[in-house]
Amino acid sequence: MTIAIIQFGGSNCDLDVLHVLEDVVGTDAELVWYKEHDLDKYEAAIIPGGFSYGDYLRAGAIASRTPIMDSIKKMADEGKPIMGICNGFQILTESGLLGGALTTNEYPKFRCEWTNLRVETNDSPFTSAFKKGEVIRIPIAHMEGNFYADEATLSKMEDDDLVAFRYVDSEGHVTEEVNPNGSKENIAGILSGNRNVMGLMPHPERASEEVLGSNDGIRMFKSMVEYISSR
Amino acid sequence: MQYRAEVTIERKSGMLDPEGTTIKRALEHLGYHTNDIKTSKRYIIDLEEESSELAETKVDEMCQKLIANPMIHNYTIDLREV
Repeated sequence: MTIAIIQFGGSNCDLDVLHVLEDVVGTDAELVWYKEHDLDKYEAAIIPGGFSYGDYLRAGAIASRTPIMDSIKKMADEGKPIMGICNGFQILTESGLLGGALTTNEYPKFRCEWTNLRVETNDSPFTSAFKKGEVIRIPIAHMEGNFYADEATLSKMEDDDLVAFRYVDSEGHVTEEVNPNGSKENIAGILSGNRNVMGLMPHPERASEEVLGSNDGIRMFKSMVEYISSR
Repeated sequence: MQYRAEVTIERKSGMLDPEGTTIKRALEHLGYHTNDIKTSKRYIIDLEEESSELAETKVDEMCQKLIANPMIHNYTIDLREV
């Protein structure tokens, strides 16, 4: 089982994800440059954070139109789990693999800080190791993380249980004060309709070892590995 | 024929415009009151096509596929022969 970590020009969390997968989770992972076309040998893919193509046009817009994204779509169609973190989430919404869009933070500042997230569903390849409603600590680092979708899309996502994480206070309450970027309904992470694609703005790879202040993020990668093993 | 298209991309109404809000606030510090400020982006595209209809269709496709995000943007195309 090998997980592909997709690198674009400007990706910068690729090596962190590789370290966590190999050294902390103990699974096989490989960095894959975006010019690669054939991803058939990989069981899953992670699109890491960064500033692909300098965020030109819109964050994630250019990367989402590269040919490797056709291979990512193929993997998604085959039911393989695909996770996009931060810029990876932006790339997944821009490519249409996930709904909604990520726009400039309500207060247009780059926010790099710890957030509390509530696990909204554990029915996914990325969240099965959590309890529904559990509050976890994962940091964010972004300026374009303001999740937007129209009311019809939001209500459909709600009905289909596609919201993975919301920003909450330490008690697990959704409040305006703890919403770091103006995201609709405090949404921090979402799933695709068939649940095998997830995007989130927080960085689980930065919270996967106790020495970093939290290891809550590790369970997302472990959930993925367990899901792949059970397929 | 040579054409120049000026494409303007705006956020759909009801969406936040944090940059516009920040500029509005800065203008207030300078003593200028405004009711609202919206920002937009403009792209100037030079292209060659057989007719203005074809050029407009091409630029519209470019907007749909890349330049705009139809989920959050409206756009206008202003095309002229050069």
